[in-house]
Amino acid sequence: MEITVNVNGTERTADVEPRTLLVHLIRETFGLTGTHIGCDTTSCGACTVLLDGVPVKSCTLFGVQADGRSITTVEGLGTGAELHPIQAAFKEHHGLQCGYCTPGMMLVGAALIEENPAPSEEEVRFAISGNICRCTGYMNIVKAIQAAAAAKAGTGSPAAEPAA
Amino acid sequence: MAQTEEIRGIGHRVRRVEDDRFIRGKGTYVDDVKLPGMLHMAILRSPYAHAVIKGIDTSLAQAHPGVVAVVTGELLAQHNLAWMPTLSYDTQAVLATDKVRFQGQEVAAVIAEDPYIAKDALELIDVDYDRLEPIVTPQRALEPDAPVIRTDKEGKTDNHIYDWETGDAEATDRAFAEADVIVSLDTHYPRCHPAPLETCGCVADVNPATGQATIWMTSQAPHAIRTVFALVAGLPEEKIRIISPDIGGGFGNKVPVYPGYVVATAASLLLGRPVKWIEDRTENLISTGFARDFHMHGELALRSDGTMLGLRVSLLADEGAFHADAQPSKFKVGLFGIVSGSYDLPAVHVKATGAYTNKAPGGVAYRCSFRVTEASFLIERLVQNAAYELGMDPAELRRKNFIKPEQFPYRSATGFVYDSGNYEGALNLALEKIGYLDLRREQEEARAQGKLYGIGLASFTEVVGAGPHKQYDILGLAMNDGAELRVHPTGTAILKLSVQTQGQGHETTFAQIVAEELGIQPEHVKVMHGDTDNTPYGLGTYASRSTPVSGAATAMVARRVREKATRIAAHLLEVAEEDVEFHRGVFSVKGAPDRTKTIQEVALAAYTNFPDGMEPGLEAVYYYDPPNLTFPFGTYAVAVEVDEETGEWKVRRVVAVDDCGVRINPMIVEGQIHGGLTEGFGIAAMELITFDEEGNCIGANFTDYLLPTAWETPRFELYETVTPSPHHPIGAKGVGESATVGSPAAYVNAVIDALRPLGVKNIDMPLTPARVWEAIQAAKAASGAA
Repeated sequence: MEITVNVNGTERTADVEPRTLLVHLIRETFGLTGTHIGCDTTSCGACTVLLDGVPVKSCTLFGVQADGRSITTVEGLGTGAELHPIQAAFKEHHGLQCGYCTPGMMLVGAALIEENPAPSEEEVRFAISGNICRCTGYMNIVKAIQAAAAAKAGTGSPAAEPAA
Repeated sequence: MAQTEEIRGIGHRVRRVEDDRFIRGKGTYVDDVKLPGMLHMAILRSPYAHAVIKGIDTSLAQAHPGVVAVVTGELLAQHNLAWMPTLSYDTQAVLATDKVRFQGQEVAAVIAEDPYIAKDALELIDVDYDRLEPIVTPQRALEPDAPVIRTDKEGKTDNHIYDWETGDAEATDRAFAEADVIVSLDTHYPRCHPAPLETCGCVADVNPATGQATIWMTSQAPHAIRTVFALVAGLPEEKIRIISPDIGGGFGNKVPVYPGYVVATAASLLLGRPVKWIEDRTENLISTGFARDFHMHGELALRSDGTMLGLRVSLLADEGAFHADAQPSKFKVGLFGIVSGSYDLPAVHVKATGAYTNKAPGGVAYRCSFRVTEASFLIERLVQNAAYELGMDPAELRRKNFIKPEQFPYRSATGFVYDSGNYEGALNLALEKIGYLDLRREQEEARAQGKLYGIGLASFTEVVGAGPHKQYDILGLAMNDGAELRVHPTGTAILKLSVQTQGQGHETTFAQIVAEELGIQPEHVKVMHGDTDNTPYGLGTYASRSTPVSGAATAMVARRVREKATRIAAHLLEVAEEDVEFHRGVFSVKGAPDRTKTIQEVALAAYTNFPDGMEPGLEAVYYYDPPNLTFPFGTYAVAVEVDEETGEWKVRRVVAVDDCGVRINPMIVEGQIHGGLTEGFGIAAMELITFDEEGNCIGANFTDYLLPTAWETPRFELYETVTPSPHHPIGAKGVGESATVGSPAAYVNAVIDALRPLGVKNIDMPLTPARVWEAIQAAKAASGAA
């Protein structure tokens, strides 16, 4: 099937089998390997992307379901050299270790702070509860998302802590 | 010119250099590797736990469009590859030929042009099985009439693997004879799984023209794996290059050699094309290195005043179908001998038995230094029980029996020489920070209102950094690590390591060690690792050994470079070498502090203006054989509330005091502790791989094998004490696993403490609401209250 998908702001067309999973379309056909596969059962969220701005788990959607819609992957978070506030905050607050869950976590966080400019700790924890991290214990991820919200709203900077 | 900018060496919260690629989605994990002409492999696995293979018909799969080859054990046997050695001197089937011995065992592999086609073709392979009685407990395995699992081993008539002991049985018997009180605990530390978010996999590329095998692999130990591959495949070691790219978590799961790696490499060799194999999550959970699965009986002998006299442990290890533990070869149950923990216990005896069962092989240390987790759990649970028995406060009983600071170095009854510690200091800080006395008062009030409220402690001692070559080896390879350091003419550097990060941040922390020693800013020290062709030899990253062993190698190689740099500086400053001082990247003349050369100026001179007769360049290599292990410690204090009606428990507070010696990067250390406390919570509360009576694995995906999410995971309050290791060049000890080792007992002790008024003495992990509820009902029935 031929489909057209807006990927990170660019129209892309692809000829895919109907059974091809969205995550494979993104990784193999579009070559965007920042989207990861962790569990195959919609449990871990490593494959999270934004579909029309809403976080979805791309291992449990078919590629054809994205036809005519927009996808944002981690590669589309920043613009060129400029980082999205969530990316800067994840680095600043040590919100990642192995990096495998990070793209999904950042996309969920980015979507959250679009909707809710000042999420509470509980709201952040609830928002990311579909995404598993095995390394960080979540505390610094929560901190990073809240800091990104503050940075985006102009009420604080993710680089508020001393650099060293 | 003296430098004015502060050198961001040891102790600085340097932001991680590796994050720059990860936050942009530009990491390179093994599944991101794509090679021209690459084929895809999928593995057919046994649906049965124990069955004879009567025949395998691959003809339909072979004929399926897009399938390039189907590999069976029979084909591998023609190349002497149907079996491979394990890390515990046993053998393991690569692809089953005679029978299958656990559900999920590898039976055949399809190599196809596309991963979807490879999976389609698996369904076309017809295997004729004749089912046998599955053995799902080690107790059953050791019964005389149990069917023999390892019929492949000539003359094998039972399922017994080993008996092993440590300590002094007679001295322990004497101690028990003198005791006023003996407390005991029977507990099963359940089978769980490291479950890194990235599964295992590889891309094998054997060049048919040169015979060069390049294998991208999710390996925590690329050099050791290369040596094992050379032995397994009979390939010359220099023709094998293992590249561990970015790794999405390891936690011990990525130490062993798995059959998929061998089959993919053999297939690439036979087909002359690269072959990619990536596990799915179920394959990861049902076939790769599990952890724990120890049935433990512990007894602690005490005087009525609380003085500990002796500790006796017997344990039965469920090893699965092949004995494939990843651990030092002289220690059959790893470093379990550390079971006396933080206590001055004069007599200890441990005896262990290992048995084959029809379960996946590969007892790995899930964020643990070789069975230290099981040991720490047992002693910390026993100590709480002993305190209850004696009517003492659990904190007080610990304090009374701690090894005192002046007793270090302390030789334990099982032969470990603890390097340094201040256990009471860590306990006192934890009690102060959690407000222990206030919490005990609150607990009294809560109990008076019929609420179940508990406080649990664990004062753990870890043993990490294997290790000195005479005691510690894997398949004969000394557990040592190398580091290579070159300072370039412009004064920046490259450090090459034998260890392999899986998220620990080596590219940042090891650069900080060099920064500390040489005064070169960490951002100017590039750290390379994970490529056996371009890094020095060493045994890899697991068992918290990177900082103790490779971190020491890094400090020592930097000092070796500094020695040469000092000679060059003396030449440039026209003084004798003894007259040169070094501080933070600046060489100066003693007594004339304005006469200086920076490390950058010296580095340039090493290639342009070095003394006659001196070898040019500024570079060194150092292989570190540690003189001893290091012994991190700490106290974790946990407060919980239990709902009597549902068995659910909620963590109210977690205070963690860790002492890992000198902290290289406190931000990263804290991140490691957060992660360990979370995995410890998962193990205590929910993580479980279990089996039904047919040997079906329960826990084969993330909807059955539960992991903590942000919603359940507690908030952690971290504190530190600092007791440097006296024998480590920078005084560091290793920290990545302390919290997984120490925290499960703290969580469980807290829940048992909450249930104490009901008479509940033990619940085996994981403490699911159902198990807690059942224990409450049983205790009520026993007391006649139900």
